[in-house]
Amino acid sequence: MPKKLLTAILSCRQLLEKNKMQLNQLTLLEALDGLKKKKFTSVELTQACLDQSQKFNDKYNIYLTFNDNAFTQAKQADAEIAKDPKIFERKPLLGIPYALKDNFLTKDLRTTASTKVLDNYIPVYESTVSTRLKNAGAILLGKTNMDAWAHGSSTETSDYGPTINPWGEKRLPGGSSGGSTAAVASDMCIFAIGSETAGSIRQPASWCGVTGLKPSYGRCSRYGVIAMASSTDSPGPIGKTIKDAKYILEIIAGEDEYDGTSIKEKSWHLNSLEIKEKIRVGIVTDYFLKDAEKGVNETVLKAIADLQKNPNLEFTDVSLLDPKYAIAVYTILQRSEVSSNLGRFDGIRYGNDRSFFAKEAKRRMMFGAYSLSSGYYDAYYKKALKARTAIVKDFEKVFTKVDVLISPTSPCLALPLGATQGQAMFGEMQDILVEASSIAGLPGISVSCGFVNQLPVGLQFIGKMKDEAMIIKLAAYYQTITDWHKQKPEIK
Amino acid sequence: MMNTKYTPIIGLEIHVELKTQSKMFCGCSASHFQVEPNTHTCPVCLGLPGALPVANQKAIEWCQLIGLALNCRLAKESKFDRKNYFYPDLAKSYQISQYDQPLCYQGEVVLKNGHKIGITRVHMEEDTGKSIHKKINGEDQTLIDFNRSGVPLVEIVTEPDFRNPEDVDEFLKTLRQIIRYLDVSDADMEKGSMRLELNMSLTSHPELISGSHPQFPNYKVEVKNINSFKYLQKALVYEFARQAEILDRGETPVQETRGYQEDVDKTISQRSKEDAQDYRYFPEPDIPPMVFEEKDLENLKKLLPELPQQKREKFTKTFGISTETAWVLTESKELALYFEQAVKLGEVLKIEAATIANVIKNKKYDWQKLSPEELITKLKQESSDKVSDEGALGKIIDEILKNNPKVVEDYKAGKVQVLGFLVGQVMRQTQGKADAEISNKVLRQKLK
Repeated sequence: MPKKLLTAILSCRQLLEKNKMQLNQLTLLEALDGLKKKKFTSVELTQACLDQSQKFNDKYNIYLTFNDNAFTQAKQADAEIAKDPKIFERKPLLGIPYALKDNFLTKDLRTTASTKVLDNYIPVYESTVSTRLKNAGAILLGKTNMDAWAHGSSTETSDYGPTINPWGEKRLPGGSSGGSTAAVASDMCIFAIGSETAGSIRQPASWCGVTGLKPSYGRCSRYGVIAMASSTDSPGPIGKTIKDAKYILEIIAGEDEYDGTSIKEKSWHLNSLEIKEKIRVGIVTDYFLKDAEKGVNETVLKAIADLQKNPNLEFTDVSLLDPKYAIAVYTILQRSEVSSNLGRFDGIRYGNDRSFFAKEAKRRMMFGAYSLSSGYYDAYYKKALKARTAIVKDFEKVFTKVDVLISPTSPCLALPLGATQGQAMFGEMQDILVEASSIAGLPGISVSCGFVNQLPVGLQFIGKMKDEAMIIKLAAYYQTITDWHKQKPEIK
Repeated sequence: MMNTKYTPIIGLEIHVELKTQSKMFCGCSASHFQVEPNTHTCPVCLGLPGALPVANQKAIEWCQLIGLALNCRLAKESKFDRKNYFYPDLAKSYQISQYDQPLCYQGEVVLKNGHKIGITRVHMEEDTGKSIHKKINGEDQTLIDFNRSGVPLVEIVTEPDFRNPEDVDEFLKTLRQIIRYLDVSDADMEKGSMRLELNMSLTSHPELISGSHPQFPNYKVEVKNINSFKYLQKALVYEFARQAEILDRGETPVQETRGYQEDVDKTISQRSKEDAQDYRYFPEPDIPPMVFEEKDLENLKKLLPELPQQKREKFTKTFGISTETAWVLTESKELALYFEQAVKLGEVLKIEAATIANVIKNKKYDWQKLSPEELITKLKQESSDKVSDEGALGKIIDEILKNNPKVVEDYKAGKVQVLGFLVGQVMRQTQGKADAEISNKVLRQKLK
C-alpha cells in the first residue's frame, strides 16, 4: 500500500475517533469494511447520514423526498449481517445508505424528475439500476434534486428550487445530477446515483469536487429512468473516490432484458488497478479553452504534470473537432428526442396536466418539434445525425494514437446562483467539454484535481467505447498520488 | 363500373394484426378480443415514464414471411421510427412504426386475370389502445382499454394498380388467404385483425397512367373506416360516383381523408390536406437498428409454407385437377391439407385424386364433418358396392328393354337421347349401385 494512502486512512480513522458521529463521512469501501468488521451498524451509518441531511437539507435543498423505510431497512441489514458473516458475498452493498437522482423510478416512492408535472407521481415499478442496488442490499435514503426533466447543468431549473453547492453558499452545484453530487460532497450519503445525457454526471461532479463516472452508453440500463435524450442517457455512479465508483458500477452495469440498447457482453475486465503497462495519454489541447475561467486550465495542467511523473504514462497532445460542433449536434438531437419523449406527459393517466410544464421544457419541446417537422428534418435532424457520425469517427481516429484522453471537465468553476437566468443555452455552454464524448457514447470520469478560490476543479478522463477499465485505472492512480478527493467542504 | 368515361386508380393500405403470443415491444399477452379491459398491460404498453420497448423477434420474422409471400424483397438493414401524434389511446404520444426502411419492399401479386398488383412495402408497427365511448351516470364518457396497445401490426401498402373494384376484391381475398396460410393472423375483419383503407382518384385519360412515367391525377382521396370487404365495394362505388360527378362539373375533387359510413352508405369528409398531420418521424432511439445477414434471410425462406398458388399448381399438375377445382380446394389451408391427406390415403385403396376432388367440390360430403379416413372409407365402400359385372347388369338390362319396347323403338329410330332414360332405369333397379359407365356400354351393345 502506498505510504500516502496509508497515512490517509490513518488520518481518517483518527478523524472518526475524534468525532464519533461522523460515520457519514466514510467512503463506501471504508463503510463496508466497518460493517463487515462490525465496528458499527448499518443503523448507525444510516442514522449518521440522516442526521446530516436533517441538519442541512433545508439549506442545501438536496433531497426532494426521503425514504421513510430507510431506518427499518438498516435494521434488517444489521440482522442479516449478524446472522450470516458471508452475506456480503451475495449482497455486496448491504447496509450502505445511498442517494438516488429523482429521475429514477422508485416503486411506491414519489418520483418527480424535479418537475411539478410529476409533483404527486408514485411509480408502480422500479428502475433496473435501483433494483440492482436494492438486491445488493443498498439502502435508499431519498431522491435528489435535479434540473427539471434533467434539462440543464445547474440544478437551478428545478421546479423545487436550486440545490446549493456545499463548497459555496451562493454557488450552483452544476447539473443535472447536482442534487446527487452535492449529497456526496456534503456527506448526506455514502454514495449517489446520477444520470448523464451530456455532462450531467461529470460537470456537477467537477463543480462539487466529487468523483463522477459516466459509463459507456448502454453499460447501465435506462429502464425506469425518465427519458431525456434516449440516445445518450447513461446512468452512473457518483462516489467519494474512484474505487467507490468502480465498486458501484460493477453492481449496476450489465445487460438488461428490458433495455434493448444495453450492452450485451459482460462487464469489463479489471483485475488490478496498478499501471504496469505503458499507457498513451492524449492531452486534448482543444479542450483548454482560451476563455476558460482563470485558474482552471492551470490547475488541470498541474494535475497532468503530477501524472507525468509515472514513467509508464506517455503523454502526447491530440486534437479533436472543435467542441462547438458537438454543442450544435447535441442541441438538435437532444431537443428532438425531448419533444417526443415528453409527449406522454399529458396528465391523462398520471401526473398533472401540461400547464405544469415550466419554461425550459416548453422551450426544448418547441425547438425539437420544429427541428423534426417536415421540411426542416433534413436541414437539422438529419444533418445532426451525420455530424454525430463525424464526431464518433473523430474519436475513433484519435484512439488509434492514444489509449485515453485527458482534459478539464468544465471550463469554469461553480457559478453563482442565478447564473442561468435568461441563458437559454446555459447548459450547453457549461457542458462544452463533455458533450462530444457523450454524443459518441464514450465513458468518462471527473475527479477533483485542486481548488481555485476555494472551489473545486475537475479533471476529466475519456475512454474508448466500453473501455471503462482504462479510465478507472488512471483515475484511481491519480487518487493514490493526490489528496484532492479527500477535501471536504465546511457544512454549516 | 357504371361510368365508362373515367377509369378509377385505386391503391390499398391493409393493416393485419399478428397473433403472436406477446405484444410487439413487451411481454404482455397480445390477445385482446373480448378480454377484461386493461388486464394485459405493463409499464411498456401503458407508456409509463422510463419504460422501454424491446422488439418481438417472432413478429419481425412473421412480417418478413408476409413480405416473402407477397414476393417482396427483404431489407438487409431496417429500423424502427417514431410517428409522433397525440391521441388519448396512444400511450406514448408516438407510435413505433417504420418510415424509410421498411422490412419488406417491392413485391407483387398476380391476379387470376393476369393483372399485376405491385406491393410498395410491408412494414412492422404497433397497435394503439382502444377508446370506448360510453354513457356513465348519464354523462358521455370515453374509456380507454390498453389491452390492444402494443399488439404487433403489419402494414401492407399496394401501388395504385387497381383499375376496377373486382380486382380489389380478389386481391383482398387472396391476401387474406395467404396470411391465413402463413398462420400469422386470423385476418378477421370483424374482430379488427384485418383493417382496410383505400385511396382513389379518377382519370379520363387511362393511357397516361400506364407506361414507365405514369401521370397520375393531381388529387387523391383516402377512405377509412371500412369494416368489411362488402363495404369496401360499396365505398368504391359511392366514391367513384361522387368523384365522377365533381369531374363532370369541370372541378377537381378535394384531396382529403373521408370515412365510409355504412348506415347511410356514404363517405364523409374527415380531414382535408391542409389539416394533414406532420408526424415528425425520426429514428426510434430505444431500439437498435436491425441488420440481417444473407444467411438469416435464406433461413427465413425455408420457414415459408406451401402457399395457395403453389398448391394449386401442384394439384393441377400432379393430380390432373382442373384449375377451377384447384381454386376451390385451396380456399383454406385446412381444406387443402385435408384434400392432400385424403389423396394420400386414397392412393393405397386406388381411389383417384380427381374422384376425391369432385366429391369435395360438389359437397357430396361435408369435409368438415368427416375425417379424411372416414371420407376415403365411404368412397371405397361406394366403389366396392357397385354392380359392375357385365353379366349381372346384362340380365337387368334385358328385363328393362323388354318392358320398354316403345323406347327401344325410338332409340333405333335415331332418338339416342333416350339412352339417359334407360340408364336411369338401370340405376333404379339397382338402387343406384350400378356402375354408370358399364351400364352405358352394355346398353349400347344390346341396342345395336
